[in-house]
Amino acid sequence: MTAHQTIAKASAPTPAAQTVEVLTGAEIVVRALVDQGVETLFGYPGGAVLPIYDALFHEPRLKHILVRHEQGATHAAEGYARSTGKCGVVLVTSGPGATNAVTGIVDALMDSIPMVVITGQVPTHLIGSDAFQECDTVGITRSATKHNVLVKDVADLAKAMHEAFHIATTGRPGPVLIDIPKDVQFSKAVYLGPDEVRFNHVYAPRRQAEPAKVRDAVELIAAARRPILYTGGGVINAGPAASEALRTFAKLTGAPVTSTLMGLGAFPAGDPQWLGMLGMHGAYEANHAMHDCDVMVCIGARFDDRVTGRLDAFSPGSKKIHIDIDPASIGKIVRCDIGLIGDAGEVVRQMIDAWTERGLKRADQAAWWAQIDHWRARKGFAYSPSSSIIKPQYAVERLYALTRKADAERGVFITTEVGQHQMWAAQFFHFHQPNRWMTSGGLGTMGYGLPAAVGVQAAHPGALVIDIAGEASVQMTMQELSTAIQYDLPIKIFILNNEWMGMVRQWQQLLHGERYSHSYSQSLPDFVRLAEAYGGVGIRAETPDELDAKIEEMIACPRPVLFDCRVEKAENCLPMIPSGRAHNDMILADMGVSLDSVIGEAGKRLV
Amino acid sequence: MSETLPADSAGSAYFMDHEQGTQRRATFAVIVDNEPGVLARVVGLFSARGYNIESLTVAETDRAVHTSRITIVTRGAESVLEQIYAQLKRMVQVRQVMDVGGDPGWVERELALVKVRGSGEHRVEALRIAEIFRARVIDTGNDSFVFELTGAPDKIDKFESLMRPLGLVELSRTGVLSIARGAERV
Repeated sequence: MTAHQTIAKASAPTPAAQTVEVLTGAEIVVRALVDQGVETLFGYPGGAVLPIYDALFHEPRLKHILVRHEQGATHAAEGYARSTGKCGVVLVTSGPGATNAVTGIVDALMDSIPMVVITGQVPTHLIGSDAFQECDTVGITRSATKHNVLVKDVADLAKAMHEAFHIATTGRPGPVLIDIPKDVQFSKAVYLGPDEVRFNHVYAPRRQAEPAKVRDAVELIAAARRPILYTGGGVINAGPAASEALRTFAKLTGAPVTSTLMGLGAFPAGDPQWLGMLGMHGAYEANHAMHDCDVMVCIGARFDDRVTGRLDAFSPGSKKIHIDIDPASIGKIVRCDIGLIGDAGEVVRQMIDAWTERGLKRADQAAWWAQIDHWRARKGFAYSPSSSIIKPQYAVERLYALTRKADAERGVFITTEVGQHQMWAAQFFHFHQPNRWMTSGGLGTMGYGLPAAVGVQAAHPGALVIDIAGEASVQMTMQELSTAIQYDLPIKIFILNNEWMGMVRQWQQLLHGERYSHSYSQSLPDFVRLAEAYGGVGIRAETPDELDAKIEEMIACPRPVLFDCRVEKAENCLPMIPSGRAHNDMILADMGVSLDSVIGEAGKRLV
Repeated sequence: MSETLPADSAGSAYFMDHEQGTQRRATFAVIVDNEPGVLARVVGLFSARGYNIESLTVAETDRAVHTSRITIVTRGAESVLEQIYAQLKRMVQVRQVMDVGGDPGWVERELALVKVRGSGEHRVEALRIAEIFRARVIDTGNDSFVFELTGAPDKIDKFESLMRPLGLVELSRTGVLSIARGAERV
């Protein structure tokens, strides 16, 4: 509690005991946040939300983190939500406040992150008049949100607030936006609690799958000689119990487990059944196993194009079971033989029960595992080491190794930006628990990682929170370092600095005849001095010899750190399934193929 | 395990052709909560995901519970129509979705207002055709008629094509409405 709040609280009159509470719209917003169990929100004040900020001033139970840009608020809320399983909350003003938040809102929509965004709006009588800082927020965010609403009558506000949390956190989670005109924030109405409101919408996502289909699914899995579990972010969203259920089910079936980028951590990376991440830059063994399996069980993933590669050659010989809470995801990209609609955790639990009840025994998988060992022996993530230059892969490997002690003691959380460093983080940093890995998967938002780390650290003050970053991405939201300093959030920003937009450079090499059009940053800041200018700590590592000591120094530092790790400039992110190719058609680092020749004319038109 | 790279050919999500397969016309009856923005959300879904809209009608149909009925006629391959159904169904404001196109248990009707200008033989012929189609004359002048016609969309198409040479100058259609036969309510 700040000094201001302490004074405000002491001087506030004690509320008289009464059953009906009449509050202003602004007070209703704040009260509803408290009643929804919100502890932390991320925001930026402005003219059209000042009444709500005034109400916040009087509410010590809510911690508000003042960001430096509204996009930062949304990513921080995403990091907060992803690392806690709770709903992220954002409060921003009208006009530019709302439009700046749009990127993070779409990011949350694509990655199914529960988020409630409260935007101020110009007074009701000015709506549509092109007023100062007016924009059509609900119009702009209609396709960016799971649901949004403009509340024009203060009597509807409490209901809208509670329903927003219900919609954001249930079913396939996503962002819900509430737009509140300034006059509504001043008007008064009776406050209704979460249990007193009746929602406007008939919205009841299904949580459990049909038992008959579950039985069919487990029979199919038990009979499989080459099964695979392909898991995604849905398992993380379904909570820690879902990860537990996945581990039990994997043991029961003996099937290998692979995961999408979003699902890392749901299954422990150290487990013998773990194949690693699949997809464009995924593990050689995971992609080959996906291609050759006979039964694929997709749990909370959505057959994204980064995962499937060439669709008409995607796992051609397998029966597919798809578990998803969103009926529209089933059959959207890939036809499945059995679709199970429900919560990932509950449906896996149903499958465990059905398996046990029916006393199923798994089929002989010996040949399958021998084949998998053969693929593993190919060592798809191998790279050529260097004793003079820091290889980015090596940097992430060392970061992983040197953070094990901190992980055992206080927990390590990783966020990333988007690009090569993101893929190297996914390949070389290993996750053993859910909610420890925050990355922008669907939208691929450069600039996600730094503010997300702020959100994670706000939720886990004692933990070691590291943003594995690229020097290009991190500059998109660099200003949030100032937020970290203000709230004493000791995040570590570990920049793999190769001076290029690395993934863009790699694709230009692959697709555009090595014409590196505008992908080199000719003028980069001195990150060490930049950190110091913000009030943080800057560390630079330039050779492999000094890397370990510098990383140790970063981990031990109790303040925010900007770590400028100078890495090999022209390293490519491999292995890779080139565009237009199948899972069993990967290029590996040691194949010695010229990268600019592997993609044909048709493939070059893809993204 | 092949390490040679075969000749390139296209095929990924980016080449997925949503138009492939036999297309059919479909009519979706959608019951939605009647609140601001719901029509925009439904229409936005169609434009954002690249679905066609051939006709669209909407009005509040249950004042007591504030629900509207939207009838959308669209066209697509079976897999696309399944997606449209699923995507409509997952929307928060959507209460019910029915794929009723081609179902003989449902009837479809459309209302058209047709202005025909002409004199002499054409005028007499227009009136005669209107009678055959059971169209009503709702306005007339010395050299024009306005006809009101209801029927299935193909009946209105046929009427239009017959009237065109007789001086049809303007046509206004409501788009398709649909309802199930029999005593059951949806």
